[in-house]
Amino acid sequence: MTHISDEDTRHLAQLSGLQLSDDELKQLGSTIGNVLSYVQELDELTTDGVTPTYQVSGLQNVWRTDDVQASAVTRKELLALAPASQSDQIKVPKVL
Amino acid sequence: MSKINDIVFRIKGGNQTARATIEAALKKAEMSSDYNALLSFTKQRALERADDIDARIKAGEDVGVLAGVPFVVKDNFLAFGAPTTAASKLLENFLAPVQATAVEKLEAAGAICIGKANMDAFAHGGSTENSAFGPTKNAVNAEKVAGGSSGGSAVVTALDVVPFALGTDTGGSIRQPASFNGVVGVKPSYGMVSRYGVVAMASSTDSIGCFTTSAQDAELVLAVMAGRDSRDMTTLPDYFTPQSDIAPMKIGLIKEFMGDNVDADVRARVTEYAEKLKLAGHTIEEVSMPIVKHALAMYYIIVPAEISSNLARYDGIRYGRRAEGVSTLAELYGRSRAEGFVTENKRRILIGSYVLSSGFYDAYFQKAQKARTLLIEEYKKLFEMYDVLLGPVAPTPAFSLGENTEDPVKMYLADIMTVPPSLAGLPAISVPAGVSSEGLPVGVQLIGARQNDALLLALAKQSEGDEQ
Repeated sequence: MTHISDEDTRHLAQLSGLQLSDDELKQLGSTIGNVLSYVQELDELTTDGVTPTYQVSGLQNVWRTDDVQASAVTRKELLALAPASQSDQIKVPKVL
Repeated sequence: MSKINDIVFRIKGGNQTARATIEAALKKAEMSSDYNALLSFTKQRALERADDIDARIKAGEDVGVLAGVPFVVKDNFLAFGAPTTAASKLLENFLAPVQATAVEKLEAAGAICIGKANMDAFAHGGSTENSAFGPTKNAVNAEKVAGGSSGGSAVVTALDVVPFALGTDTGGSIRQPASFNGVVGVKPSYGMVSRYGVVAMASSTDSIGCFTTSAQDAELVLAVMAGRDSRDMTTLPDYFTPQSDIAPMKIGLIKEFMGDNVDADVRARVTEYAEKLKLAGHTIEEVSMPIVKHALAMYYIIVPAEISSNLARYDGIRYGRRAEGVSTLAELYGRSRAEGFVTENKRRILIGSYVLSSGFYDAYFQKAQKARTLLIEEYKKLFEMYDVLLGPVAPTPAFSLGENTEDPVKMYLADIMTVPPSLAGLPAISVPAGVSSEGLPVGVQLIGARQNDALLLALAKQSEGDEQ
């Protein structure tokens, strides 16, 4: 059984950019522990010396000619998607 | 029997207008609102496109092989005419500035999108109960789940609202709801259909496919969507060519998925389907694939890892939901994401962060990717001996609404038979094979070697032909 403490979950949430309530932290922590316990059954498999597979396309280094294509989307359209903008720029809260 | 060809024949022959066809589909969709299968309609755009097609037919122009055929897309496809929400609060009001390549290709062939289908938020789930806008009900029994994550698309196809609908399948999200609602569901080989303009979940297994009521119709739709796309560099060079005549095949029935832990009705329907294939001249042999029982564990490491990375883009800055009343940037990220994602999204992101973090990367992520290599090798060996592999789609028919929502591991187990081909990038389809004693649809799964999509569909077409 993989035990995930509230502190572990809080740390994971921070790494993940998720601000969770205490209730959510507890509830997610326990179910994550269950899932991690389940996936540990992979330890039954011997994988020494096996090359990992990260992608299955069978493709490598796909090239295309460097043709400049006109964008189908205008700056105005993109800015309209932003929750807040000002003077043709996206507005965010103070960073520093 | 092709519903699509019937519609195209009537429209091109002047027996029915595209507008009347689209109006009828929209009306049927509205009448089916109790199922909560659709999140929005693209009515205005659909009717304009229908009028355009009617005008072009009058002018004697070529209007395409899918002229006037209504369809629905899962709400993770970017499409014009309605928001693309991925069934989440995060993207609730997101109006896509571009369309998915798959949608563009279908439109170029004359097909008309009438609406967007409900799904598990960001496609995380196997029942459509994780939608931020309420679950979709099963097309056959309203007490049961639609399956997922492409539940809405399966249900509108089963209810005959549209002859085809698009879905995405990362670990079974087309095949399982197809099985639960009694329609055909195709997950093509990884790389056959462009994913440009589709909300990413797990990039190493995400595939785009369709729901139809016949393998013939699936073939028509896939032939339009397939092909290389310079905007998705994982697409394979064009290879999909529909196939008709097939020689007798050697088919392997996967033993590990026919055990006591699988519902007796499901096993019975698979056995009957195998008998039918035998009668058609194919050879069926039981095969063992010991590693397949570990595939689910690989999947629930690899996929959350890719999810945590893919979903990092939702930051509340450039588009999507932004939390109100925040004072710092960190708070903006944290609160916007917490408000916009459903619990299952958060769970998968956190699991992904865990298996990718420095202390656990080797034990989980690397281990799973190595195990994946072993799985792929085992499939390769089997496909040296067999043309197609056969088995159930899911261990049970559709389960009850609310039955698995409290226990994620139990919910994940519904994917146990569909994730293995996903991890290997193989084509796999779900075909209806009768009903359970309760009257719930049961599907069988046909799995092919990479890029053998046409062969699988030809086999499914042959079985359908036998029924008529």
